Amino acid sequence: MSQSDPTIAEEGPAVTADATTGRSLWQDAWIRLRRNRAAVASAVVLLVFVVAGVFGPMVAPHPYDAIYTQYVRVPASLEAYPRADTIEPAFERALKRARVDVGKVTVDGSSVSAPISKDEKIDPRIVRYLDRSDIFHDATITDLNDAVTQGVMTAAVTRELFPFGTDANGRDLLSRILIGVRVSLAIGVLASFMSLVLGVGYGAVSGYLGGRVDDVMMRIIDILYSLPFIFFVILLVVFFGRNFVLIFIAIGCTEWLDMARIVRGQTLTLKRQEFVQAAEALGVGDMGVLKRHIIPNTLGPVMVFVTLLVPKAILLESLLSFLGLGVQEPMTSLGVLISEGAANMRSATWLLLFPAAALTIMLFALNFLGDGLRDALDPKDR
Amino acid sequence: MSENAKPILAVRGLDVRFETNDGPVQAVNGIDLDIMPGETVAVVGESGSGKSQTMMAIMGLLASNGRATGSAKYRDQELIGLGEKRLNRVRGAKMTMIFQEPMTSLDPLYRIGRQIAEPLVHHAGMGRSAARKRCIELLRLVGLPEPERRIDSFPHELSGGQRQRVMIAMALANDPDILIADEPTTALDVTIQAQILELLADLQKRLGMAIVFITHDLGVVRRFAERVYVMKLGDVVEEGRTAAIFDDPTHDYTRMLIKAEPSGSKPPVEESSPVLLEGKDVVVGFRQENAGWFSGSSEFRAVDGISLRLRRKQTIGVVGESGSGKSTLGRALLRLVHGRGTVRYGDRDISSLDKRGMRPLRKELQIVFQDPFGSLSPRMTVGQVITEGLLVHEPDLSRRERDKRAIDGLKDVGLDPAMRNRYPHEFSGGQRQRIAIARAVILKPKVMVLDEPTSALDRSVQKQIVELLRRLQEEHDLSYVFISHDLAVVRAMSDYILVMKDGKVVEEGVAERIFDHPEKEYTQALVQAAMDTDPITVSAAR
Repeated sequence: MSQSDPTIAEEGPAVTADATTGRSLWQDAWIRLRRNRAAVASAVVLLVFVVAGVFGPMVAPHPYDAIYTQYVRVPASLEAYPRADTIEPAFERALKRARVDVGKVTVDGSSVSAPISKDEKIDPRIVRYLDRSDIFHDATITDLNDAVTQGVMTAAVTRELFPFGTDANGRDLLSRILIGVRVSLAIGVLASFMSLVLGVGYGAVSGYLGGRVDDVMMRIIDILYSLPFIFFVILLVVFFGRNFVLIFIAIGCTEWLDMARIVRGQTLTLKRQEFVQAAEALGVGDMGVLKRHIIPNTLGPVMVFVTLLVPKAILLESLLSFLGLGVQEPMTSLGVLISEGAANMRSATWLLLFPAAALTIMLFALNFLGDGLRDALDPKDR
Repeated sequence: MSENAKPILAVRGLDVRFETNDGPVQAVNGIDLDIMPGETVAVVGESGSGKSQTMMAIMGLLASNGRATGSAKYRDQELIGLGEKRLNRVRGAKMTMIFQEPMTSLDPLYRIGRQIAEPLVHHAGMGRSAARKRCIELLRLVGLPEPERRIDSFPHELSGGQRQRVMIAMALANDPDILIADEPTTALDVTIQAQILELLADLQKRLGMAIVFITHDLGVVRRFAERVYVMKLGDVVEEGRTAAIFDDPTHDYTRMLIKAEPSGSKPPVEESSPVLLEGKDVVVGFRQENAGWFSGSSEFRAVDGISLRLRRKQTIGVVGESGSGKSTLGRALLRLVHGRGTVRYGDRDISSLDKRGMRPLRKELQIVFQDPFGSLSPRMTVGQVITEGLLVHEPDLSRRERDKRAIDGLKDVGLDPAMRNRYPHEFSGGQRQRIAIARAVILKPKVMVLDEPTSALDRSVQKQIVELLRRLQEEHDLSYVFISHDLAVVRAMSDYILVMKDGKVVEEGVAERIFDHPEKEYTQALVQAAMDTDPITVSAAR
C-alpha cells in the first residue's frame, strides 16, 4: 500500500535521512527476517548443526569408527562407563581367565586392585588379560612375595563417556551422529546447489527464449521427470559403483527439474514486465536481460525453494541409505543411523531416538527458516 | 446539510498509523468527517494523502501492520476497535465499499451470481432461489444487459465497466446506508467512466443512500459531489460545499489541485520539417486458436493498417479506449512486436531488420511505459537502471564516466543525483516516471514513444511530467508519439492527433481541429466525455 510508505508521500525530491545509499529489497527482507523469532531461532539451530557437523567429529571423545567390544549397545547415559557395579565382575572375570585366585576386589576411584594368588609362579604377562579389555589399562602386579605366588594386581579403570550410548558394534553414537550430520548436511547443500545452478540456468533460458526452444527444453524435463528416481540411482550405482559424490549427483539430477519449472514460471511472468520490455527497447541482448533482469528477480522464490530443497535432499539421502544405496560403512549418515536404529528399536531405543531427533530438529529448523524467508521476501507484505 | 440532521457516519479524531521497518508512519492525523444520510461526499487528495486509509480504517480493513485510534460512529455504533463479528454486521450490509480495480476485486473462480448472492445469504439469511431472484433484480438495477443470462457468467467474460457494475450490484445487495466508492472509475475508459458515474448518481436518487466518493480527480468531484473534504498528508485541509470549494478555495493545496489540469497546447510543426519515422499500412496480428479441432486458427488484428508520419519535433497524440490497439501501434513502430507493413526511420526501411540489426537504432528510438512501478527492475539501483542502455551502446565508457552520465541524466529530469544509489521502490510514482524518462533520454534518442506515461499518476504530478516532457523536447529536439486515453493530457502535449478504435484510425488531424470540431461520432463522444464539466444529470439516465 503506497500510503504506508513515507517516501511516496509527496512528490518532488523527497530525500530522507541518507540520500546516497538506499536500502535494497534484500536488505529489507533481511530486516524482516530478523524480526521473525522462529526463523532466527532456526538459523541459530542450523548454525549449531553446521558447527557440530564441521568441527564436532574433530573434538568428539571417540572416533566415529572406533569399536568398543566391551560396550556393545550400552544405553545413553551422562555417567561414564564402566559402572561401579560392573568393574568388580569384569576384573574378576579377566583374572579368572588368567587362572589366578582372586581375593577381595577393592575399587578406589579410578583404580582397582585385588590380591591374587596361584599355586605356581605368577606369570607377569597376565597383566595383558586386563590391558586387553577396554575397561582397564596400566595393570601392574605389586607386592609380590618371594615365591612369586601371591601379589596384588592393580589396574587403572578407563572411563569412557557415551552420552548417546553405543550401537550394535560398540561404536559411540554421539560421534556417529556428528559425522552423520556432516554427511547429511553436505549432501543436502551440495545437491541443492547443483539443482540451483542447473535449474535456474535451464529454467531462465527456457522461459525467456520461449517458443519452440521452450517446448523442446520442457519436454526434456518431462522425460526426465518420468524416470523413476530409485531406478535412476540404482542405474548410477551399477555403472559407477557406490560413491559419496554419486549420491548428491543423483539427488541434484532429479531435484533440479522442479527448480527449472519454478524458474521458468517466474521467468514467464517477468518477461512480460515492463522493465524487461524496456531493456529490450534499449537494445540489451538476451544474455544481458537474463543476467541483469530475469535471474536476479527470480532469486527470491528460488531462495525459499532452496531452503525447502535442502531438507528434501537430506530425506532422499536418508531414503537411499535406508535402502542400502547410500553411504558405505563405516562412514555413516543420519539416514543410515536411523535405519540401524529402526532395526534395533525394541532392544535399544536410543539408537533410533537420537539420530531421529537430530534429523527432525534439523529439518524443522530448515523449514522454519524457509517459511521465514518466504514471508520476508514476499512483496505483498510490504 | 441541515444543522439538526444527525450524521449517519461521524468520524472524530481518527488516527491511522503503520508500523514499518523505518518506525511508525502516520497515515491519518486525527481527522473529523461527517456523512449525512443521503448525501454525496467526496474525499479528495493525491496518493499518500490518507484518503483511502481513512475509509479502510472505518471498514476495519487496514493492513496487518496498521492501527486505527479515535472514533468512527455509524449511527450510534462505534466502529473503531469493534470485534470482527459485530463489525461484519455493519460492513457489507449497511456500509459497503467498491474498489478501484474491477479486474481484481471479483473472484475469478465463481460465477458473478454466486458472488452477489454471498452477502444476501450471509447477511439477510435469504434462501438460494430468493437470492438468485434478487441478484437478477440488482443486475437489472445497475444496468447490466441481459441479467438473466449474465448472472451465470464468470468475471473474465465481462468488460471492465460491466465488472464495475457487478461490484456496485454486490455493494447494493443489502440496501446499504453508505456506499464508499474508492476511485471507482479511475481504471476505466472515459466514456465508461461517465456511464458509471451516471449510474451511481441515478442509484443514489432512487435508493437514497449516502455515497462517499474517494478520488484524486477533481473533474469527477465537481460534477458529482455535494460536499468535499480535501486531504493532504493525513490532514483534512479544507471542507465545504463543492461549488464553494471550486469557486473560492481557501487553502493553497486545494488551489494547487484545482489548477493541476494540464494546460497549454503545442503549435503544429512546419511542413518542411523532415519526416523521421514513418509507418505505412502497419498491421499487427495475433493468431487465435479457434475452438474445435478442425476449425484452425484465425487472426485478430490489434493494429489494422495504420499509416503515420512523425516529423522532427512533432508530437503525435494517439488516443483511443483500452483495446483500441494504440499501445501495440507504438511497439510496432519501434519493432518491439512483429508486424507487417513498412516502417521507415529516416531514409532506412527498418521493417525487415532483425534483433541484431535493430540494436544500433535502439539508441535513437526509445520508449517510456505506463506503469512507473513495473518498468523499473526492483533489484537494480536507479543509477544502474538509467545507465543500462550505455552498457549496450557505449560499452567503452568507464564506470566513472557512466556514473557522471547518470548524474547528468538525473539532473536533466529534475531529480537529485545523490539518489542514484537508491532502489526504485523508495521513490514515488512521479519520481519513478522521471527515472524511466531519464533512462530513455540518456541515450540521446531522436524519437520517443510515450505509452501512457502519465496515466498512473496524480493530476498535479501529471502536470509536472508534461512540463518535463515539453522541456526535454525543446532541449533535445525530440519527436514524440504520445499514447494516452486521457484527452486532457494529449491536448496539452500534441500537435497532431490520431483517434483509434479497434485497430483502425477513426479520425486524424491537427490537434486543435480534432478537439474543437470533431467530425466523427466516436471522436465527439470521446471529447464530450473528457471535457464535460456540467454536473451529472440524473434525468439523462434511462
